[in-house]
Amino acid sequence: MSVPGRNSPTSVARHPAERAGRPPSALARLRDSDLWYSFTRSPITVISALIVLLFFLGALFAPWIAPYNPFDPASLNLMDGFTPPMGEAFSGNSYLLGTDDQGRDVLSAILYGARISLFVGFCAVLFAMVLGISLGLLAGYKGGWIDSLIMRIADVQLSFPAILVALLIFGVARATLPRSFQEDMVIYVLIVAIGLSDWVQYARTVRGTTMVEKNKEYVQAARVIGVHPMLIMLRHVLPNVMGPVLVIATIGLALAIIAEATLSFLGVGVPPTTPSLGTLIRIGNDYLFSGEWWITLFPGLALILLALSVNLLGDWLRDALNPKLR
Amino acid sequence: MSSAVKTPLLQVRNLRVEFPTRRGVLTAVDDLSFDIHEGEVLGVVGESGAGKSMTGTAVIGLLEPPGRIAGGEVLLRGRRIDNLPYEELRRIRGKEIGMIFQDPLTSLNPLYTVGRQLVETIRTHSDLSEGRAKARAVELLAEVGIPAPERRVNQYPHQFSGGMRQRVVIALALCANPRLVIADEPTTALDVSIQAQIISLLKRLCSEHGAAVMLITHDMGVIAETADRVAVMYAGRLAEIGPVKDVVKHARHPYTHGLMGSIPIVGQDLDRLTQIDGSMPRLSEIPPGCPFHPRCPRVFEPCDQERPDPIPVENSEVACWLYDDKRSGGGGHG
Amino acid sequence: MVEVRPLPSADSPLVEAVDLAKHFDVSPPWLTRVLERQPRTLLKAVDGVSFAVPRGRTFSLVGESGCGKSTVARLAVGLYTPTAGRLVFDGTDLAGLNSRAAMAPVRRRLQMIFQDPFASLNPRWRVRDIVAEPIRAHGLLSETRAIDRRVGELLELVRLTAADGQKYPHEFSGGQRQRISIARALASNPEFLVCDEPTSALDVSVQAQILNLMKDLQRELGLTYLFISHDLAVVYHISDYVGVMYLGRLVEWGEARSLFRKPQHPYTRMLLDAIPDLEMTGRRRIPVRGEVPSPMNPPSGCHFYPRCPFANERCRAEVPLSITLPHGGEVRCHAVEEGRLTEAAVRQALGRGASAP
Repeated sequence: MSVPGRNSPTSVARHPAERAGRPPSALARLRDSDLWYSFTRSPITVISALIVLLFFLGALFAPWIAPYNPFDPASLNLMDGFTPPMGEAFSGNSYLLGTDDQGRDVLSAILYGARISLFVGFCAVLFAMVLGISLGLLAGYKGGWIDSLIMRIADVQLSFPAILVALLIFGVARATLPRSFQEDMVIYVLIVAIGLSDWVQYARTVRGTTMVEKNKEYVQAARVIGVHPMLIMLRHVLPNVMGPVLVIATIGLALAIIAEATLSFLGVGVPPTTPSLGTLIRIGNDYLFSGEWWITLFPGLALILLALSVNLLGDWLRDALNPKLR
Repeated sequence: MSSAVKTPLLQVRNLRVEFPTRRGVLTAVDDLSFDIHEGEVLGVVGESGAGKSMTGTAVIGLLEPPGRIAGGEVLLRGRRIDNLPYEELRRIRGKEIGMIFQDPLTSLNPLYTVGRQLVETIRTHSDLSEGRAKARAVELLAEVGIPAPERRVNQYPHQFSGGMRQRVVIALALCANPRLVIADEPTTALDVSIQAQIISLLKRLCSEHGAAVMLITHDMGVIAETADRVAVMYAGRLAEIGPVKDVVKHARHPYTHGLMGSIPIVGQDLDRLTQIDGSMPRLSEIPPGCPFHPRCPRVFEPCDQERPDPIPVENSEVACWLYDDKRSGGGGHG
Repeated sequence: MVEVRPLPSADSPLVEAVDLAKHFDVSPPWLTRVLERQPRTLLKAVDGVSFAVPRGRTFSLVGESGCGKSTVARLAVGLYTPTAGRLVFDGTDLAGLNSRAAMAPVRRRLQMIFQDPFASLNPRWRVRDIVAEPIRAHGLLSETRAIDRRVGELLELVRLTAADGQKYPHEFSGGQRQRISIARALASNPEFLVCDEPTSALDVSVQAQILNLMKDLQRELGLTYLFISHDLAVVYHISDYVGVMYLGRLVEWGEARSLFRKPQHPYTRMLLDAIPDLEMTGRRRIPVRGEVPSPMNPPSGCHFYPRCPFANERCRAEVPLSITLPHGGEVRCHAVEEGRLTEAAVRQALGRGASAP
């Protein structure tokens, strides 16, 4: 049955500008695309996108919009510690979401914490993506023993929980790097640890899609033409495997943020002097049962909201890019 | 034709199938009318996007949403079936109308044996006991030419070859003795030598069971071998309908004429094939008037303005202004 | 059949396949094989195929699925390397060209058109970049303006417009995409085009456009075609020579008109008989028996013997060799060689056809 689709002759009209003979601008093409259409038709997706955007802006502009600078020891007032949300503090300052044990404003700490969480998340995903895509492309395109080798390594790594792998890498880094280095390096070690524990997904997906794409006739056509295999991989195969990668990356971002929070919660992540969301939750955890619930609740809620929104975005992207569901 | 006085088995009247999309409503089938008489093979032919498959699925009530019947009616033995509730329609499907799809692999459940699927279908539409139904299944498999049916009945679809699978699908479609079988491109997925086998099998069985066939295909050769009458579709509309010999050998509609000329024939030495320039319009870009007029070699003044309705010409009906004496001054009959 | 027989025509062959073979290793993975003590399984997709394509002519290969015709197409453009035999292009054995650099000058001269017009163009590229790809890959032109001009010319050559280069593939119909595919194949000025079922995904009226275009281009540019198809009517229309393949072997080949008029091999006869009768003459047919066996496990001797109405013990045991026919062409069939395929024998088979299922 020929249901109207992109490729069938029954496909719907193209952009008006195009029919007039001039190629439409990139913005016009986006506004006209199926992706934009399905985005605007899904309220949950729009809300998720707004929340993620808010977190971004909040994290990016934290130094300007946060009411206090929680990392400036000079501005901290220990006497303001444990102020409840909306409560009157000792110094007369008011704190919307309360303060922690050292008198740091929880709201400001969340904004600064999200900055670190998002930074680590993004870099980890980027690292995992680059590594996974390269290895996946290589395995899928070359096949043979290269493929077997890469995929067996991936299998072995998959049999360990990602957090365990990250802990291991973290431990190795801590033991080998000089102590003076560790304070500055800890964030980068975290990124590498999370990235290394996460590349397998990308590699597997890219390998699978590559094996499908490389047998498609346009890739064979390029081979007949005599295009260099490296160029075929980069210019033909790679752009066409990016769809599924984008979906994994989005969901992977949520996972990486949670992984960072978990590691920090376990005490092997970023130090309390520059807390991420995970560190904040850990600090608050000590006081949870003594009644100071807000110290851990608000960073926790922020983490859940961020991870959930990013996840929902990823789900939407997966459905929107899946031609079978469209 | 003796059935001319009787009510036709299937009557399709002004059928209109629409697909709402975000850029407006597309009309996949537009004002289509035809009859199928008892025991007759009607070929429905057209190129991709002509709406022929959509017509088949609309008749049997299997249009995939958001597609919908937006107008007209479908009558089976004089009874309207397009507005029946789902449950009633489901009972008609299989019992009175059988369906054969293009890909035999997807129309069989890979998890059940062939026998179980046959028995299930037989028992849904009759009150045979399990054992009797099983015996009937073996009989049916023998009838569609599957060797060693007693053994094969317990096998799974993947143990059958493509041609054998299509035979099983035909057995499934025929097991409730339907009055009408809708076959949608039944041979397209098969090899040339198997195609001929399946077509002759389909034709023989349907005449033995007295079932009429609506044979939907893009292959004029299959139509010429099998059909009694042919309906040619273009851009969701009927271009021409008539006895197979008239349509294949003396096509009247300029589209049918061009279509027939564009088919290469073994033994016919031509330097160039007749060529219809351009291609079938997208559903969103169907031109006004006669949808074929931008490609038509014999286009004249009313064609781009007014839409021609099917005009009776001898035993056929042709939707073309050339056959309207008032418009063309009788020029089309040359 | 090791020596190459000269063709009946005076044309010198541009492409020659000599005892060409391609076996695929379809064994289960090494570990499974060792554990379950299974031997290696070889799929003989192409098994000792020899033919020659004269310059400026069209040689077609026909056959049903699994007969190896598409594998021959891919061998002919060097997408596969042959397991045995040679593929000689204008005097050069393709298998002897080991490096990409050595292959490059030959590559430019042979190109391919694919079956699926929706899969053969990269959906993310503009048409002008798709058509320019061979020009850039071979460094035929370097200046952007010159490339643009050449792309425009090529698009007009296949009856599109230069402005179409700005668009993306999804904006075109199947027939138009196949034209783009042809334009890309012609971009490097090749002499030899391998066409793998170029019209089988198209509607008949569009097929006619593409076939006409291919014939025009052959005349204008002096192209040589290796045409792969399962549609005998299309093959009859386009070919000068036809080869019939069955389960990896070339069972018969010859000049197109005489092969269609006087088919020798029982399989060729069967294929010709299976063509739907558009003329509606109501002719009688040889019964078509059975289906193509799996190429993984082909029958012994002559692969066709289980389906052949003329088979005997020798057909089952012994692989038939090629014999040259009086009017040129070759056939691999014991029955033809022994003269068993008389008019009477064929008529008898026809008589059975009326009653058989």
